[in-house]
Order: sequence, then structure tokens, then C-alpha cells
Amino acid sequence: MVGANRIAGSGRLSAAGRLAFSFDGRPYQGLEGDTLASALLANDVHLVGRSFKYHRPRGILSAGAEEPNALVGVHRDAARRTPNVRATVQEVYDGLAAVSQNRWPSLAFDVGAVNDLFSPFFSAGFYYKTFMWPKAAWAALYEPGIRAAAGLGVAPDQPDPDRYAARYAHCEVLVVGGGAAGLAAALAAAETGVRVILCDEQAASGGAMRFESGARIDGEEGWNWAQKAAARLAGMDNVRVLTRTTAFGYYAQNFVALAERVSDHLADPADRPRERLWQVRAKRVVLATGAIERHMVFADNDRPGIMLASAARTYLNHYGVCVGRNVGVYAGNDSAYAAAIDLKRAGVAIAAIVDLREKPKGALYEEARGLGIDVLPGRAVTGVGGRTRVSSMTVAPRTGGPSRRIAIDALLTSSGWTPSVHLYSQSRGKVAFDPASQRFLPDTYPQHCVSVGACNGTDDLAAALKEAAAAGERVGRAVGAKGKTAKAPAVETSEGWAGGMPGAAPGAGAEAAVKAFVDFQNDVTAKDIRQAVREGMRSIEHVKRFTTNGMATDQGKTSNLHGLAIAAEALGKEMPEVGLTTFRPPYTPVTFGAIVNQARGALFDPTRKTAMHRWHEKQRAVFEDVGQWKRPWYYPRPGEDMHEAVNRECATVRRTAGLFDASTLGKIEVVGPDAAAFMELLYTNPWQKLEPGRCRYGVMLREDGFVYDDGVVGRLAPDRFHVTTTTGGAARVLNHMEDYLQTEFPQLKVWLTSVSEQWAVIAVQGPRSRDIIAPFVEGVDLDAAAMPHMSVREGRVCGVPARLFRMSFSGERGFEVNVPADYGEAVWEALWAEAEKHGACAYGTETMHVLRAEKGFIIVGQDTDGTVTPDDAGLAWAIGKKKTDFVGIRGLKRPDLMAAGRKQLVGLRTRDPNIVLEEGAQIVADPNQTVPMTMIGHVTSSYWSQNCGRSIALALIAGGRERIGETVYVPMPDGAIEAEIGSTVFFDEQGERVHG
Amino acid sequence: MADAASKEPAVRRERLAGLSTTREHVSVTPGPPAARLALRAGEDALNSVSRALGVSVPRKPKTSARAKSGGRVALWLGPDEWLVIDDDGADLPAAAGRAKALHSAVDVSHRNVAILVAGEGAEACLAAGCPQDLSLAAFPVGACSRTVLGKVEIVLWRTGEQTFHVEVWRSFAEYAYAFLAEAARDV
Repeated sequence: MVGANRIAGSGRLSAAGRLAFSFDGRPYQGLEGDTLASALLANDVHLVGRSFKYHRPRGILSAGAEEPNALVGVHRDAARRTPNVRATVQEVYDGLAAVSQNRWPSLAFDVGAVNDLFSPFFSAGFYYKTFMWPKAAWAALYEPGIRAAAGLGVAPDQPDPDRYAARYAHCEVLVVGGGAAGLAAALAAAETGVRVILCDEQAASGGAMRFESGARIDGEEGWNWAQKAAARLAGMDNVRVLTRTTAFGYYAQNFVALAERVSDHLADPADRPRERLWQVRAKRVVLATGAIERHMVFADNDRPGIMLASAARTYLNHYGVCVGRNVGVYAGNDSAYAAAIDLKRAGVAIAAIVDLREKPKGALYEEARGLGIDVLPGRAVTGVGGRTRVSSMTVAPRTGGPSRRIAIDALLTSSGWTPSVHLYSQSRGKVAFDPASQRFLPDTYPQHCVSVGACNGTDDLAAALKEAAAAGERVGRAVGAKGKTAKAPAVETSEGWAGGMPGAAPGAGAEAAVKAFVDFQNDVTAKDIRQAVREGMRSIEHVKRFTTNGMATDQGKTSNLHGLAIAAEALGKEMPEVGLTTFRPPYTPVTFGAIVNQARGALFDPTRKTAMHRWHEKQRAVFEDVGQWKRPWYYPRPGEDMHEAVNRECATVRRTAGLFDASTLGKIEVVGPDAAAFMELLYTNPWQKLEPGRCRYGVMLREDGFVYDDGVVGRLAPDRFHVTTTTGGAARVLNHMEDYLQTEFPQLKVWLTSVSEQWAVIAVQGPRSRDIIAPFVEGVDLDAAAMPHMSVREGRVCGVPARLFRMSFSGERGFEVNVPADYGEAVWEALWAEAEKHGACAYGTETMHVLRAEKGFIIVGQDTDGTVTPDDAGLAWAIGKKKTDFVGIRGLKRPDLMAAGRKQLVGLRTRDPNIVLEEGAQIVADPNQTVPMTMIGHVTSSYWSQNCGRSIALALIAGGRERIGETVYVPMPDGAIEAEIGSTVFFDEQGERVHG
Repeated sequence: MADAASKEPAVRRERLAGLSTTREHVSVTPGPPAARLALRAGEDALNSVSRALGVSVPRKPKTSARAKSGGRVALWLGPDEWLVIDDDGADLPAAAGRAKALHSAVDVSHRNVAILVAGEGAEACLAAGCPQDLSLAAFPVGACSRTVLGKVEIVLWRTGEQTFHVEVWRSFAEYAYAFLAEAARDV
């Protein structure tokens, strides 16, 4: 057999499927179907890791997802190093390389284990009360030290090369858990004809049938029945069976998130994704999530070799592995007996069953006795020998008395089973305490959900399957299914056990300095919880946070109830009075990869490019991110830095001309007989008298009177406007308009359509702009008299339909050529060829910004900040004086908005023309006042202006226009900069250049 | 201006030209150029507009209607909003303009790009990023909806049991195409 601890004739794995793997560099053999845990145990490896805080040697506690101890690193290659993988979940593949964690220099000898000796310093809440002095040492010394010493595993240091997929799925019935109950529910639901998704976290459906040797269903051994049931489901068209798939989050309206591990179990994942995130919307959810066995809480109960009884049964009955050769059993209920019986029958010596109960009885007790197993009732395990592997147990009467040592090489414990109500709790269901069985169970369902089987407290298999089948059919019918009624599975024999005891066993040493672990992963002991209560914690929420019980990555699956019971005992209260902490997603850890799935790299966020993007790239433009858009920022020529390129572009536009890609501006077509009336209401300006063919600069306010957006609007026809918005405002301006149209002005006959992406826009600005476009324009008279500044015409450019605007954001004579976007690149190329003949340039957003600042044109969002009125921005002229209504008109009449002394936009000229102010810099009137100084405004825009031969700036200054001519100061770290307030227009103050 | 006619007219360059993804169960390809119209109209104008466009604009949510002949379809997007697509590139604004009743017709031929998803894996491919139930029962042939794909808005139209037509704004087309091509690896 493969591995010393494999037992011939036991388990379901084929001896033929041999796999090679390594742990900490040592080669081992496993079998196909093994988990890393079963394969290590087969090779008699119990010591697999070191604990979080005390670095105590740790082994394998469980055989499933609840595992708190056996966390390892799995290293596929340099980039694929996954930390904190549960050895009980990871399947072995050929070549798997696993390493232990949290140890140095080696697993067997770990320097950090001195923490165990100093553990009095690390007791509950130690980080709240230790290391408090001296104060400075916390940040400099203590915290970095603690951070370096604590933690589990090492995060990979390279980008994740794996692929992660995602899928939305819809079904009538989602069944979570593929154990016997889940299968029965899924079969019953599927027979009714509705769509069913069944998910199970393990490699195959079957759940507890893995270890329950006593179950027989429909004439089959439980496991075999489960496999046939799963195969039948998989063969049905209306069913999707997902294995290796964990339902980790239960959200509103039956939205359940599943993580499917697609290829973590494969030696060669090939092109498969590593994981797939399923986002399932189910009309009904059936929870069949089973129950999790609890360990016994006693001194040194964390020694490797001590594990859950059901885990030992799983390793034996499913994997054919015995976890020891001379095994002790410590029972608080009947289920541990079943483990002893199975092992005994497989030929393993059972040293003794230590039973806390004074008078155990029943079939399992009798059977154990019949097999000659020594049962010690009314006794407790008060301690164990061995450090890296348990070697003996000390047994004493539970009420005290003489003890004796019994040699063992493994110890199985069970103090009962905790129903897995995690998902029910996540669905916002409140659990109810059942005093008879000492456990919390689902109560009232806030969503369309039902629990069946062990998670619902239904312990008996026959009862569970009956309940599950009935629930499956009921939920199918509830969503209108008309199909068949399935025959419920018939259970011939079954196991089932209730009872058990949460809390600390006598061996937990109530006051002694022993470590009886409640939470293995966070190293929380019974003593810690009692101490928390002694120090004043009353609610379990406080106890949890003070001790960190249940706060590790296993979310306290084995520890929560123990912790609660110990706290309740210490408080002298019943468990429900102390409360139960809330379960939150995820049920088990989920990789960031699964959550992010396709949204990485180019798919992280859309990158929006204009129709002319490739041309800009070929011209080696440097791009600027404007929202999701990539816009050419400037076009450096060889040897030019940004400053030189921008200076050249600025000068060229004013001397000859420049081409600018303005495609990203928002464009909205406003159509209908009430279009002008609507525009009157949405903008401050008057529109009724704007003639078709003419344009106007429009200012849009919010209800509060502050500037929201601006742009040039062309009237194409009496009932049709072409509105432009800022690039960033494109979506929100349309929403703003729709909002008002639908809620405030529904009587208006007007419709809004976004055409931002219909048109590619080429701005041609500069004295030669008309000469550049003229050869390509058909059907439009470009003569200044026929087409003056601020006009719009429809015609053809380069043979394609075009909207031609005569407008300017540069202060130069300018045109904006709008052509259908697929033609944008070709038209740009044609215009560029012509532009080059005139010595024109292409220019980017930086030059655009400088040119508009030279003219004092604002940029909404840069020179305004949501607290600026049109008058503040010097745009009072844009308000229709005779208008009686528009959005924001009442806001503008608020006293504060009409008060004197508001910040107003002005120009700033530094005394030293070579100094370019910092945008955002604060402005003061007197640089010699004491700090904090009275700030009277701030710089909103600031550039070097090649055309003016000096720096220019725009600023918002209190009472700014009254102060024109005054000197102000901009305090900077190396002294205050002197500047004079002046006009916002720095170039061509008369504004003559746009004409002609 | 005189020499304008003598110059070569500008060449149309399609956004996703040259891209194509074919996998075992699904293909993702750009659709050919088409004429598109954003149509807005009230209930009282629908007969008039339908006659003018030669297609009976649907009034039921999530449905589409094809013209009796030719490649023209009207997709319901909202109570007063349709997307009309004409495969032959007809002058849709002119056609709509013949309707006397009040409406808004805006040419958006170049605003949108079509992506065709076809094959037995088409539904799964779209389900990587579209949260709607795309089963035939919930989203039958002819169904259409303005919805999302990953992080962008799309109009999804089922043209056959295994064929879907995705309409997406042009600057989001590369993202949508790349998203579907990546999703196609997983079906």
C-alpha cells in the first residue's frame, strides 16, 4: 500500500492511482482522490504546522472545510504560491509541493516557539494592555515586531498568472450541500421539472456518507447511493451539479455567491481557469449544509495526533488511512464510539474510550463493549503527553481523584455537533437556542429559504431524507412546477446522535496555567475566555473581540459554541442570554482572484479611445487620463520635454493653426417642439430667440444656484439643438436633464438622445483654420459674413455628412468639424495633410488648457468647485435677465449667494513673471500676519504662457473684482510670492481674433 | 471648395475591424456596419411612426419586431424609446421623417457597434458578465434588453436560440469585445 498507515480493504481509493507529492521538500506517495491531509496521515505525518501566536506544533484536526490547524503553502511555481491552504481540502495531484508555515528554521524546531513559554504575556487582550509604554515605542518597535512575528503564511510576491472566470446563473432551486439530505432535496425538486443547481464544497457529493459506515439507503451503502443520486442529477437537463464549489455568501433576494475551484486539484490545469465565481439568483434556496463536530476542550488538546472522531472515520472509511495504531477516544456523546468501532473492526487497537458521561448506554456503547473496547465512563482526559505527537493521555474521574496514564499515538475527541447555520445566519435569519440539544437552530426565515437535515437539527438520517425530499418538492411546487413527485429515498439503517456538551471539559483546568484550546487557529484557550469575563466583558461580541475567539479564517467553525458556553458558565448565565456572534460572508476564505475574476488588466475598467486614437499614438502623443478616456495631452517632438512641446503648440496655434481632438466632449441632441422651452429651463441663458444656424455658450446650474456644467449649444432647427457638455459631465448632464424632464417638466414635448459617440470632433483653431478646412467642405459657405463666429452648418466634409461649428475655446478663429465617428480618423488625416502645408500643429489638452486660460475661459470643475455661482465666475452675462424661470434661479436669490464679498474669479499676474504659481495655492492679503493666516482665496488655474511671455493664473478671491490692481501674496514654504490681481483675460483683451 | 468633389471621400474605419474569436462552442465577431436610429415617440404616434419606418414598433417590454422584408428591426428599450437597426444602411432619419406624428429620430449609426455572439455556448459566454436570466424561457428569441456586460452598458438582443446581437457604444466596444473573448475561453 501507499503509505504506512493505509489499511488494505478499507477506503474507496484505488491503490493503482499513485501520485507523488512533497511536503517541506520530502517526497511522499499518495493516491488519486487523496486530500493532502489524508495522504500525509497515510505516511504517518501528523505534525503539519505551527500555531499563530504561540507557535505550538499543530496537526490535522478535521477532514473538511472547518480545519483550523492544518494550513500549508502550496507552491506550483515561483508565481503560484498559495498560503494558508487547508490540507484537508486540497486534493493531491501528481507533483504537488506543499510547505509548512509559521516556523523557522524548521517545522520540528521552531525558534518562535519561545512564545509558548512567554505565553503569560500574550494572554487575552494582550495587545490592548501590553506594550503601552513608552508611547513612542509602539509605532517604532512593538507593532513592527508583533506584525513580523504574527501572521500565517506568506503572500505571493509576483502577479497572479492564473485566470479566473465568472458566471451569473439563475435557477428556481439552489441546493447548498451535496450530502444525503441535499441530494434528496435536489432530486425531489428536479423531478418537479424546475431548474436546480446543487453545489457541494467537496470533490464529490456524499457529505457525511464518506464516514457513516452504518447508513443504507434504497438498498445501497450510503456512499454508493449518494454517488448514484449525484450521477442521476447530473444527467438531468434541468440540473447543474457543481462540486468543489463552496456557497460562501448569502445576500439579499436569494442571491448566493459560489466559488468553484476548477483546477486547483489538477497537475496540469491547461487552459482552465483556476476558479470560477458563480453569482446565483435562486427563487428558492435549500440549505443542506450539515453539521460540524466539536473537539473536547482540555489541557494540551492541540497536540498533533488529536483529532475529531468523525475525521478519523473519514480517513479510515473513505481514504483507507488509520490515524494511529493505538488510539484513544475521548467522548462527550455517542458519535466518538462509532469511530472507535470502525477502527477496531479495521484492526486498530483502541486504548480506551474515555466518556465524560457517568452512564453511557445505547447500541453503540454495547457494540463497543462487545468488541472488547475498554470504556471508562465518568472520566475525563486531564492532560496528554507528547509535544509534536500525542504519546499518552492522563485519565481521571471527572469529579477528581487519582489519575492514570494511558499510552496512545492518536486521540479522537467529540463533544457533539454544531449545525452549520452560517448561510442561514448570513441570509439575515436569527437562530434560536434549543436547550434540549444545547445548540442553535434556524428559526424564522427572512428569505425564500429552507434548511434540511443536520443543519436544521434533524439528526436521524431517515428523518433528514424525508424532510429534505418533502422540502425539495415543496419549493419546486412553490415556484409553479407541474412535474412529477419523486419517490423519497428509503433509509434502511442509519446513524444518528444528538446531545453532546459545549464548553470546557474538566481537564481544561479552570484556573491553572494550562492551555486548553477553544480556537486553535487564533490560539484562544478556555482560560482566555474566562479571563475576558473576569475583566468585564459581558456580551459574546466583546468576548470575541477581546480574545479573538472565532475571528480567524476558519471563522470559529469548531470554536464558537465552546467559547460561548465557557463565557456563559463564567457569567453564570444561559447561552442564549450571552448571545451568538453573527456569521458573515465568506463561509470559507475566497481568493481575490475569484472575486475580481475577469476584471483585471485591460478588463479592469474600460479604456475609452476616440476614433483618432491610433493617429495620436503614431504621432507619439503623451496621453492624459480624463475619466475613462485617453486624451492626447501633448505631442512631443524628438528632444522636446513637456514644457517645450506645450510652448510650441501654444505659439503655433496662435500663429497659424492647430488640430485638436475634441471628440470626448459630451453631445446631446435635444429634439421636439418644446426643445427651446426645455433649454430655457435647463440653462441660465435665453434660447427662444437663438436662430437656427447659430450657437451660444450655455451655463447649467444645479437647483442650489451653483455652476454644474457648461458648453456650446448649436441650434440646428427650430425643434433641434446640438448641446455639448464637458467631457466629464457627459453622462451626468444627460441624467440631470432626463431627471428634470421626467419629474419637473413632463408636459414638455422634447426628447434627449446622447450622440457623444456618434460624432468624431476635430477642432481646427487658429488664423489659418478656414484655409485648412476649406478644401474639404461642401455645401457650406465659410465666408466670415456667411458663417460668423458662433454659428453651425450641416454639410459635407471629405464627402461625408458633417456638422460644422464655427466656435472657439482658444480665442482664435476656429471650427469644430463633427463627422460620423467611423470617418473620424480619415477626415483627421485629410485635414492634417492640409494643416501641415500651413505649418500647423496637432495640440493636446495641456495646450488647450493654456490657450483657454489666456482668454480667461473657465473649466467647470477646475475654476469652479460646486460653490461657484455664474456671477462668481464672471458669467453673470450668461443669465437671461428677463427669464422668470430656470433650474437654479431661486438658489441664486439666496442671501449668501447675493452677498458682497463672495469669492470671484480674477486673473493673477506674479510680480516676477517667471514664477508659475501652484494650482490650489492659498492667497493672503498680508504675508506678515501670524499663522494661521486669513486666507482670502486660492489659485484655480496656473500656467506658463508662451504667448504672453509670462506666467498667468486664475484665482477665486474674496471680493476679487473690487480688488483689481491690489497686490496679494501666495505663501509657499520658501517665502510668499507677490502677485497683482487683474483681469481674467491675458491675451487679445478685445477678443478680435475670433472674428474675420 | 471647388476641389472638394475631386478629393477622395473619407474611408470608413470600423471600430473592431479585423477582430474575431472562434472557440469550440462559441464565436465572438464584430457585426457589420448598419444604420441605427434612436427613436422616441409617444403612444399616440406609434402607428404613424411604424408606417413610416415599415416596421411595427413593439409595445411590449423586452421585445423586438422585424420588418416584413429586409433587415430592419425595432428593439424596445423603454416605454417611449426604441433602437431601430437597418442592416442595409438605409436613411432611417429620412424614413422616420415621413411620419407626421410627433417623435424624435436621431441618427446613432456610428454611436453603436455590434458584436455577434453565436454558438451553443453563446448564452454562457454572455452570462459571464450579464446578470440577466438568459435562458430561452426568460429571454426567448427576439427578446431584447438594455442591460450590463461587466462594467459597460449594452443592448442585448437574442436573434436565435444560439445567437445574440450585442449593441454597445463605440468607445466601450473594445472592452465589450475583449470581455466576451475572455469569457469565450470558459464555455
